[in-house]
Amino acid sequence: MNLYHFSSPSTFYHLAGRLTPWFGWGAALLTAVGLYISFFVAPTDFQQGEAYRIIFIHVPAAWMSMFIYLVMAFWGAIGLAFNTRLSFMLARALAPTGAMFTFVALWTGALWGKPMWGAWWVWDARLTSELILLFLYVGIIALWAAIDDVRRGDRAGALLTLIGAINVPIIYFSVKWWNTLHQGSSINLMKAPSMAKIMLWGMLIMAIAAWFYAIAVTFVRVRRMILERERQTEWVKAILDTQVEAS
Amino acid sequence: MHWNNLDDFLSMGGYWLYVWGSFLVTAACVVIEVVVLKHADTDTRRRLKRMQQWETE
Repeated sequence: MNLYHFSSPSTFYHLAGRLTPWFGWGAALLTAVGLYISFFVAPTDFQQGEAYRIIFIHVPAAWMSMFIYLVMAFWGAIGLAFNTRLSFMLARALAPTGAMFTFVALWTGALWGKPMWGAWWVWDARLTSELILLFLYVGIIALWAAIDDVRRGDRAGALLTLIGAINVPIIYFSVKWWNTLHQGSSINLMKAPSMAKIMLWGMLIMAIAAWFYAIAVTFVRVRRMILERERQTEWVKAILDTQVEAS
Repeated sequence: MHWNNLDDFLSMGGYWLYVWGSFLVTAACVVIEVVVLKHADTDTRRRLKRMQQWETE
């Protein structure tokens, strides 16, 4: 399979269009299963009571907030290195969803922190670096919006994304490097998870649902960008001819 | 199933504000993102179509 084939905006537009419903409905189905496990299968936690159920969204959202940023940085780097249009568009399309997951991670974290720690917020390394991640997302989106020249904006945004990527390992390892109020990770590639299997399954299914969701909305967003940027081409004109009349 | 009734489920062992505050705000974020995206997509297609018509006229 030639991957360069899919780096052409016209090819990717059609591919993303075909895949979006699968990821969208997949996300809906996985969310339904994940929520069922979160509320009806997973038992009450012996220490945290029912409040621990917040982790079924908090942990997947926090993972996604970091993962999406790294994917953005990856596409930004590819764009800067090879000047590929689609890479920059993908980076731009990912940012709002990444910012949304970062906000959700912070919000649910505050709502878990209040009953468990007695505080909505503390300035510990994990929380502060995650807040910086939200500011980075907002800053990068604002930078893109502020530069009228699209290609210049692409490059400036990619550069800022790459510089900010240093924050992701800081977030991830903050609970090890500093003495944080935030607990260490319950799931680690090196050792068995320190939580009940069914809780872990619920969290993993919600995480996969979040992946599917992020892919679906990113595809919709990138397709819109492709239409906008390629509007002078014959293939976009042909699409607009047929689609707008149909809607 | 460890809930005795609907009230029991809704009260979340006394943590209803925190649990439902988390799940509902997350749901709202997702719904808002999807709705905004859908509108933006329709708007973009209409606008590009109009521009295309002007150019051909």
